[in-house]
Amino acid sequence: MNNLMKRSGLAALGASAFAALPVWAQEATTEAAPAVTDAAAALAPYVYERVVDKGDVAWMSISTVLVLLMIVPGLALFYGGLVRTKNMLSVLTQVFAITAIVCLIWVTYGYSLAFSYGGSMDSYVGGLSKMFLAGVDATTLVPTFTNGIWLPEYTFIAFQMTFACITPALIVGAFAERIKFGSLMVFIVLWVTFIYFPMAHMVWWWGGPDFLAEQQTARLIAEAAGDTAAAEAAAANLAANGLIWNMGALDFAGGTVVHINAGIAGLVGCLVLGRRVGYGKDSMAPHSLTMTMIGAALLWVGWFGFNAGSNFESNSITSLAILNTFAATAAAGVAWMFAEWLLKGKPSLLGLLSGVVTGLVAVTPAAGFAGPMGSIVLGLFAGVVCFLFVAYAKNALKMDDSLDVFGIHGMAGIIGALGTGILVNPALGGAGIPDYTSVPGTLQVAAYDFAFMFTAQAKAVIFTILFSGIGSFILYKLVDLVMGLRVKEEIEREGLDVAEHGERAYNM
Amino acid sequence: MKLIIAAIKPFKLEEVRQALTEIGVRGMMVTEIKGFGGQSGHTEIYRGAEYAVNFVPKVRLEIVVADGLADAVVDTIAKTAKTDKIGDGKIFVLDVQHAMRVRTGETDDDAL
Repeated sequence: MNNLMKRSGLAALGASAFAALPVWAQEATTEAAPAVTDAAAALAPYVYERVVDKGDVAWMSISTVLVLLMIVPGLALFYGGLVRTKNMLSVLTQVFAITAIVCLIWVTYGYSLAFSYGGSMDSYVGGLSKMFLAGVDATTLVPTFTNGIWLPEYTFIAFQMTFACITPALIVGAFAERIKFGSLMVFIVLWVTFIYFPMAHMVWWWGGPDFLAEQQTARLIAEAAGDTAAAEAAAANLAANGLIWNMGALDFAGGTVVHINAGIAGLVGCLVLGRRVGYGKDSMAPHSLTMTMIGAALLWVGWFGFNAGSNFESNSITSLAILNTFAATAAAGVAWMFAEWLLKGKPSLLGLLSGVVTGLVAVTPAAGFAGPMGSIVLGLFAGVVCFLFVAYAKNALKMDDSLDVFGIHGMAGIIGALGTGILVNPALGGAGIPDYTSVPGTLQVAAYDFAFMFTAQAKAVIFTILFSGIGSFILYKLVDLVMGLRVKEEIEREGLDVAEHGERAYNM
Repeated sequence: MKLIIAAIKPFKLEEVRQALTEIGVRGMMVTEIKGFGGQSGHTEIYRGAEYAVNFVPKVRLEIVVADGLADAVVDTIAKTAKTDKIGDGKIFVLDVQHAMRVRTGETDDDAL
C-alpha cells in the first residue's frame, strides 16, 4: 500500500466494502451491471488523469472558512450566551484556544494520523509519514468522489482541519462553568490525538474512486487470467480502508466522527466532573440568549460549508446537501418549538434554536444521501426526540450536561446516523449508495438492502459510542489524576472569568 | 423636608415623572431595582430546567421636597402609578435633616 497513490477521502459510500462483504457486494454487482464478468476479459488496466477543477477549489476554500465561522464566533457565542455572566469569557476562551491549538496539532501530526497509511494499524489509525506535512506540496492531490476529479491536498488539509477543531470545541459545553483551563487544554491535546484522529481515519480513510477503479480492474483482469495471487492482492487493496468505512457505514459529513464522538465524550466528561455547585438550587439561566441566537444563526450559515463542503466538489450533490441542510434544520427547529409549546406551555427562542442545531446535527451524516423530504422527516423526528430527552430525561437523571452536548449532538448524531441508513434508499427519495467498483471508472448506484445498511449504521454507531466513551473516560481520569479537572469550589462560585482568566466579560 | 421613596412598576416611570413635574417637583433619583412583595414572581424554563424568579423588576424613585409639597407628591405617585393590580408598589416618607446643593453651597429648602 505504501507506494500506491492511496489518498484519503470522505465516507460518502459504503460500496467499497468489497472484500469484507463479498456476498452483499456481489449482489450489488449483479444488480447494477450484469455484463461486468463478460466485459472483464476485454478490460485494459484502468488509466486515469487527474483533473483539478477551479470551481471545486473555490467552493472548498469557501467551505473551509465557513466551518471556521461555525466555531468562532458561531459555537463560541452559542455556548457563551448559555452560561452565566461570570463564566462567559471562560467558554469563549476555551473554544477559541482549542481551535488554535488543534490547528497547530493538525498540521504537525494530526493530519498524518488521520489521513496517511498506517501500516499494520491502517484499519484504526494512520501513520507518521506525513508528519509536518512531509511530502505534501502544491502539486499533491487527493481524490474527490468523481473519477478523474482531484483536489489540491492543501485544500483538503485545511478543510479537514476545521473538522478537527470543531469536534473538541463542542465537548466543552458538557462541563462548562467548572473545568480548569489548563487541564482542559491538556485533555484536548490527548483527546484529538487518541480519539479524534483515529476516528477520522477509521471512517474516512479510503482510496478514492480512481484507486478503487484501478484495483477492481486489476482484480478482474487477474481473475480472468487465472492469476489468483494478483487478484488477491488487488482485493486486499480494495479492502484497505478504515475500519468503519469497511463496515459499509455511510457518514456524509461527520455524524459519527464529529457529533456522536463529541456527544459521548461530553456525556462522560459531565459525569466524571460531576454537577456544578448549586445545581438544581441556584438559577443557572443563560445570561444572553441574544448571543446564543447570533451563535446559532452563524452555526446554521457555517454548516453549509460543513455539510455541502463534505462533497469535495461543486456539483449536484453539493446542491442536494445545501437543500437538505435547510430542510432538516427548519423541520427540527419547528418540531422542537411546537413540542415545547404543547408540553411546556410556551414556544421559547432557546427551544427553537436548540431544535435548529439538532436538525443540523441530524442531517450531517445524511446531507448528500437523503432526499429533501426524507430530511424533513429526519429533522422532525430528531427535534421531538431531543426535546423530550433534554427537557425531561436529562433533568430526571440530574445529569449536569451544562449545555446539552450529549442531548443535542450525541442524540441527534445517533438519530442521524441510523436515519441515513434508511433515508439513503432511492425508494424514499434518497440518492442511493454510491458504487465505484461494479463498472470501474463510473459511479453506479448500488442496490439498497435495508438489513445490511441499517446494521452497518448501527455497528458504526455502537463502535463510536464504545471507542469514544471508553477512550475519553481513560483520558479524563488520567488528566484528573495528574492535574485535577475541576476548579476549587470558591473559584466556581466566583466565576471562571476572573479567577482563571483575570478579566470580566462586561465592564459596564 | 421629606424624602419620598417609591417603588413602582417600571413602565409607569415616565407617566409619574411627568405628573410630578407638573406639581412642581424639580428633581428625583431613579434606580432600577428588583424586589418582592404581594406580587409573586414567575417561572422561567430553559430547555426544561425551571427556575422560579421571585424578585420582580421595579423602579425606585427618591424625591426630596419641602414639607408642604410632600403630601401632593405622595398623592400624585399613588394616583399615577396605580393599575389596580397586585405589584403596583409602595411609597415611604421619611424626614430629612439636612440638604445642600453642591455647586452653590445653598442648604435645605433652597437646595431643592
